[in-house]
Amino acid sequence: MKKVTGLLAVTALLSSTAIVNAETLRWARAGDALTLDPHSQNEGPSHTMRHQMYEPLMIRDTTGAFEPALATDWAPSADDPNVWVFNLRQGVKFHDGADMTAEDVVFSYERAKQPTSDMKELINSIVEVRAVDDYTIEIVTDGPNPILPANLTDLMIMDKDWTEANNTVNVQDFEGGEITYATTNTNGTGAYKLVSREPDVKTVMTRNDDYWGIDQFPMDITEIIYTPIQNPATRVAAMLSGEVNFLQDMPVQDLARVNDSDGLVVKTAPQNRVIFFGMNQGADDLEADNVDGANPLADVRVRKAMSMAINRDAIQQVVMRGQSQPAGMIAPPFVNGWTAEMDAESATDVEGAKALMAEAGYGEGFSIRLDCPNDRYINDEAICQAAVGMLGQIGVTVNLDAIPKAQHFPKITDGATDFYMLGWGVPTYDSEYIFNFLVHGREDDIGTWNGTGFDNDDLDAKIISLASNTDLEARNGDIADIWRVVQDEQLYIPIHHQVLNWGMSESLGIDVDPEDQPMVKYFSTN
Amino acid sequence: MLPFIIKRIGQSFLVLLITGVIAFSMFRFVGDPIENMLGQERTAEDVERLRGQLGLDQPVPIQYVKYLAEAIQGNFGVSYRQGREVSEIILERAPATLELAAVSATFAVVLGIALGVFTAIRRDGFLANFIMSASLIGVSLPTFLIGILLIYLFSVELNWLPSFGRGEVVDLGWWTTGLLTESGLKALILPAITLGLYQMTLIMRLVRSEMLEVLRQDYIRFARARGLSDKTINFRHALKNTMVPVITIIGLQLGAIIAFAIITETVFQWPGLGLLFINAIQFVDVPVMAAYLMMISVMFVVINLVVDILYALVDPRLRASST
Repeated sequence: MKKVTGLLAVTALLSSTAIVNAETLRWARAGDALTLDPHSQNEGPSHTMRHQMYEPLMIRDTTGAFEPALATDWAPSADDPNVWVFNLRQGVKFHDGADMTAEDVVFSYERAKQPTSDMKELINSIVEVRAVDDYTIEIVTDGPNPILPANLTDLMIMDKDWTEANNTVNVQDFEGGEITYATTNTNGTGAYKLVSREPDVKTVMTRNDDYWGIDQFPMDITEIIYTPIQNPATRVAAMLSGEVNFLQDMPVQDLARVNDSDGLVVKTAPQNRVIFFGMNQGADDLEADNVDGANPLADVRVRKAMSMAINRDAIQQVVMRGQSQPAGMIAPPFVNGWTAEMDAESATDVEGAKALMAEAGYGEGFSIRLDCPNDRYINDEAICQAAVGMLGQIGVTVNLDAIPKAQHFPKITDGATDFYMLGWGVPTYDSEYIFNFLVHGREDDIGTWNGTGFDNDDLDAKIISLASNTDLEARNGDIADIWRVVQDEQLYIPIHHQVLNWGMSESLGIDVDPEDQPMVKYFSTN
Repeated sequence: MLPFIIKRIGQSFLVLLITGVIAFSMFRFVGDPIENMLGQERTAEDVERLRGQLGLDQPVPIQYVKYLAEAIQGNFGVSYRQGREVSEIILERAPATLELAAVSATFAVVLGIALGVFTAIRRDGFLANFIMSASLIGVSLPTFLIGILLIYLFSVELNWLPSFGRGEVVDLGWWTTGLLTESGLKALILPAITLGLYQMTLIMRLVRSEMLEVLRQDYIRFARARGLSDKTINFRHALKNTMVPVITIIGLQLGAIIAFAIITETVFQWPGLGLLFINAIQFVDVPVMAAYLMMISVMFVVINLVVDILYALVDPRLRASST
């Protein structure tokens, strides 16, 4: 008996040391990066992969605040409101040993402005990037741009000499099927170096021991093995069996399962994405309803009533199993312009809603089609189903049409839907981004995702002026005013903020990033 | 004989063309690829530019004819999702699927015939009855469920076998193989069983019923009367005659194994053609979907053509009626 216990103790010891020494990050998520070329494909998983190997001038930490990366500090120029000055970090080396200087930054920004680049929209306000000396650059914009740094956090810096020597100065022509040296090879300044990569199968990276910040960040992970696993059940099984010790894209129904397993833990944080319904108030008559010659959604009382009928707490508890935060405005928390008061303007009041409907002349209700994606947001179709029941209580008969995202989103951008679900993330962390896409009247290159038909010229002018208003206080005042209109008009029906869940081995110290963009240099082991 | 073969080949081409038309007209309902290719910051101008660049602004029949013209020259276009030549991606992924298919087909054939013979000989034995009942699971359970159950048992609970991927592979230049490494072999076991289980039970049940049929024949009785050993009767005389219809089925099922590896590959994250196809559907990657469907239909048409020709060779009556 004693022998058996001894044996057990030894095996327990062995297995626990195995966990403690988990310096290899075996990382899985649903999808893979599409390319390694830093200026191609402005897309989540691609950025995440590149952020391990390349660096921009500044990044955001897990609270959304800026943190210096290749630039140590930056400020608008005192002499010219159209110029930002950036001081670069000295002594930074690329993976091949070359020094990072202002020349590389200028080169990278010019590369990102090429027609085949997918980053060019982010920096279309930039007129010129010039090197003042080896470690200072100036960025000239086409007008004052108070939030320029917000657009630079995914703009990676490449080595000019390496890129030229390997004949990969042009950004890959992705749609044309071009493969360049930079799509499969990397030479960044980042904390990890590429070892091998098979697209859609496996990517291996190793720690860059010459990293400039090796003493500032934990950097306990010495090797990263990244494998996309598409099937949610397989993904969770791989974590439960210990083949994977860090998991993104965790299915909501398996959270408890993973959390209850020995040595595993799920960490949660609000995500930079809000889910809401849009209503077409602009049309004279709707195609998807049963009211002839009139548009019930044009009446703000109907829009308010529909919002009041939605029981956000019930959706949170039943549909999302607690994994969401009910929302009262369509801005994620930590976005400039978000306020707790407006985010709470979402009380459920079925009786009040019925009264409003009657007042608007729709006491008998009406029927309408709700267009909903079924493979884009967490439990998207189930949320819509819940809303069908809730809106039924105030007489709005909803016919649900849940379809794949590739079919759903064109309906919104083509104006082929009157009542739809949409989710929105704000990469710039500023309300202007939301207004530009969702509130400004729809035109060719602005208001592209505004399917509400709402078009207010005064408000549009105010939105446009935000871009060049350098008086931040006045600018924030304008943002608050615009939000007041959006709230009072009930332009959208906010549902909730999505919550991110990352599964990990208990021995890993990882904070969840609201952009779903882990940076392994912050990971520690204990 | 020659006119018969020419006629069959002509029919095969017709089938291929029709499959292509059906596939192409269905792509429109999968969604708009532009949606996935450009981010939320896109402008109407970007959409127009890309649509024109990909030729998606043209009517479907013209897109189809253009596609065929390119495909005949061996050019299958560029994947919208990966931005690489489709032919290159397919060549890269094919070894994984073919290896998996070969292993699961071997598993299905060997075990299927062995168990089939066993259950036929020991018709009333307890073990034979148990195998027959258990085989109902193989026929009735859907593939993804079998896969998940195997993962749960052997990966999560017992921790013996990996739950996903192909393990370490050896690159031979023109072929990647997982058969030469320990982790590669371990990774093969669960997907191969999942994929082959249905075919195995099918072959087993077929062998059993054919064998029972044969064992009732007069010549078997005469053989027994002559005092031949059971072993000789069962394996030399009975099994041989059982195999004729079984071989036909095996040939056809091999095509099915390759074509329907889709579900197994998705469950086990097996980096083969099936997974590629599922990814392509979700992303509306039309060039990859088209190439995969064409490849699978070519495969089935070729298998059927060969089977038809073999039949004609074996059975003179078919030849006579067709000429």
